[in-house]
Amino acid sequence: MQTSFPVAAGDFTKAGAASSEIKRMLKQLGIPQKTIKRIVVALFEAEVNVIAHSYGGDISCDVTPQQVEIRVIDKGPGIPDLNLAMKEGWSTASEEVREMGYGAGMGLPNIKKNADLLEIHTAANDHTDIRMTFFLDGDKEQ
Amino acid sequence: MMKLSEVIEAIDGQALCCKDLLDKEVKFGFSSDLMSDVLTLRDDDILLITGLANIQSIRTAELSDINAIVLVRNKAANQAMIDMATDSDIMIITTKYSMFKTSGLLFDKGLSPIY
Repeated sequence: MQTSFPVAAGDFTKAGAASSEIKRMLKQLGIPQKTIKRIVVALFEAEVNVIAHSYGGDISCDVTPQQVEIRVIDKGPGIPDLNLAMKEGWSTASEEVREMGYGAGMGLPNIKKNADLLEIHTAANDHTDIRMTFFLDGDKEQ
Repeated sequence: MMKLSEVIEAIDGQALCCKDLLDKEVKFGFSSDLMSDVLTLRDDDILLITGLANIQSIRTAELSDINAIVLVRNKAANQAMIDMATDSDIMIITTKYSMFKTSGLLFDKGLSPIY
């Protein structure tokens, strides 16, 4: 089954609303709690990134018996240096974002830790497209 | 492990919602205002101790499967926070103590650190 949600830029009061909806859906589908936590944490990090850095985007979630695939696509500045962005502690977040408790430069590294597969395509001043896959046949060991 | 009722007693706290969770147990304490850091935790049965009294701390707890939050230094929870916490089975506890004292009191009672 597939579902999608729009994410508005800059609206931190709604941050996590889409992740929360998807969490409820995954629970209803009977996916194990530890797997849901990995999916939802990675998804929430990506959702916060869309709100903090982009001009708005969409989250889609596709569930099959084998895997959950989450795709987060935004219009925006893109990620100028992906290698730097994958480093823990590197951040371009504004003071406002930091006051909310986010923007510590741990988002993308944390997505990578939680997802079984991660693909990021980005173009400067255009878009960022993140595809994360979580396999349902056994939880990722850390 | 500590029951949330024991947590409340130890820090002279007050539960603002989800009082049906008083017998629920927590194993770890994590003190932070940085929700990015909270999102990196993989353990279960965590008590979040924070001075960040906004809707993001409740949302972060919900999405991290955290069932109890202590707001230190008498930080107030607004109605939106209480409603979201109630919907997600998260007990909000307030205490007049600082984050340092709250953490020390709970550490002394046997709540474990994560790192």
